[in-house]
Amino acid sequence: MAFFNKSKYTPLGLNIFKKKDDIVINKAVESHEAQSLEDIKTEEPVVSVKCRGCGKEITKAEAGKYKICPKCGKYFRLGARERVYITADKGSFVEFDANMTAANPLNFPDYEEKIADTQNKTGIKDAVVTGKCKIGGQDCVIGAMDSSFIMASMGSVVGEKLARAFEYAIANKLPVVIFAASGGARMQEGIISLMQMSKTSAAVAKHSDAGGLYISVLTDPTTGGVTASFAMLGDIIIAEPKALVGFAGRRVIEGTIKQKLPDDFQTAEFQLEHGFVDLIVKREEMRDKLAEIIKLHYGKGGGEQ
Amino acid sequence: MRAYDNVKIARQLARPTALDYIDHCFEGFIELHGDRLFADDNAVVGGIAWFNGIPVTVIGIQKGRDTAENIKRNFGCAHPEGYRKALRLMKQAEKFKRPVVCFVNTSGAYCGVGAEERGQGEAIAKNLFELSRLKTPVISIIIGEGGSGGALALATADRVWMLENSVYAVLSPEGFASILWKDNTRAEEAADIMKITAKDLYDLGVIEKVIDEVPGGAHLDFEFTANLIKHNLETEIPALMSLPTEELVENRYKRFRGFGEYNE
Repeated sequence: MAFFNKSKYTPLGLNIFKKKDDIVINKAVESHEAQSLEDIKTEEPVVSVKCRGCGKEITKAEAGKYKICPKCGKYFRLGARERVYITADKGSFVEFDANMTAANPLNFPDYEEKIADTQNKTGIKDAVVTGKCKIGGQDCVIGAMDSSFIMASMGSVVGEKLARAFEYAIANKLPVVIFAASGGARMQEGIISLMQMSKTSAAVAKHSDAGGLYISVLTDPTTGGVTASFAMLGDIIIAEPKALVGFAGRRVIEGTIKQKLPDDFQTAEFQLEHGFVDLIVKREEMRDKLAEIIKLHYGKGGGEQ
Repeated sequence: MRAYDNVKIARQLARPTALDYIDHCFEGFIELHGDRLFADDNAVVGGIAWFNGIPVTVIGIQKGRDTAENIKRNFGCAHPEGYRKALRLMKQAEKFKRPVVCFVNTSGAYCGVGAEERGQGEAIAKNLFELSRLKTPVISIIIGEGGSGGALALATADRVWMLENSVYAVLSPEGFASILWKDNTRAEEAADIMKITAKDLYDLGVIEKVIDEVPGGAHLDFEFTANLIKHNLETEIPALMSLPTEELVENRYKRFRGFGEYNE
């Protein structure tokens, strides 16, 4: 597993915060309580980027907050904070464990430097942002992975933050929404990254046993050990249109079977057709759909809130 | 001895297989087939047997002992139906309060078109999910290769043991070198830093026990290693069975919950 999907595409607008200090850090780790976060601010558009769908140069303003190519409709990848920004009710997001960073369990050469470089480039500490928020007025726990952070690979920080997010949701009887994206396991953490698959899956199971709703949203790309753990364990699994969703990497499969695979192999639509996704939801309709599903479970006449 | 020497021993065709250990350690093994959904995957074997008078469920990932068997067993690379068969037998063990013993030996879950179409990721994920809360003891023994999620799907257990020359890793050293350095010829170097040997993983706290082999590997004295497995099971199966179910399951949760190093 753990096949990195190397992309030459650089997501635009990674640093949507004016400065990192805007993030209010959660110090009270044990209780998972955090202070309120100011409204998320976006930077002025400063870059344009070539759309991978049609090859046209698109400015950030043209792509809009949903980051969709106005020429061909292709989705740009969203950073974790951008995802939270378009999903959470204004001013409702409170981040958990914002200061947690990777250690180096295997003493892997140059790993600390790689982490520090990536943190500087992306403005986030690791590949997932978690917290609590409201979506359409409904309380929930939210997590969003960020493919600009070492292909959103899952190491100890991703595993720990997700496990804590589910445990917070259990303690507070909240639903969980996770936006998955990943190239797979964090190679530099070796076997410890593999163990995060069991750890996150166990936390999902515990939340499920407590009667909690878990909505997994698969975004481009969701592969490897993340597909083979929490991403495929949602009570309801949603995918964004045309997202790459699979277990093994395309090149690995092509190498095994000595054949070229069709373009639509391992897309969200492929997964829907094969029965592994409940529904495909457009990015601009996602927030409303999530709110509706949460309301069906936790709203009046539904579960506890 | 470098880590890659363990890799070579673990991959040897002469390496004793899951069925070899099952035949040696248990009596009256009855193999049960199929996932009840799609097919019977020959890369995974499982069934019911006696262990010193205790009914147990045993499951293994089976590599071939020759080319013909390897083709039949898909070289020990399971499809989704293999993991689903294993899960069916684990749930059955839970129902009848039988402990589960798994023998893991795979280079990894199969990477192919059918495997993707039938949800390889979902199959592994579901095993991790269900194993984490299975209300009966589970002991997993890595007897050769423990290849990534394909191994973990049978190793989210109360106790995980490794034979001395077995290896357990997030990815093969070749794949690791290929991804990180774009050079799969640097596998030996990769193996050195990946921490994949039984001793390394014991030191890291990922496994509870290392089971000895004679110098050169378990194939040179099969009974030596097989008897050690049996003796260890004789202690551990009753010990786990004596725990209240709630405590057993909570301990398993904590076992996996504790993995990870981070700063905050």
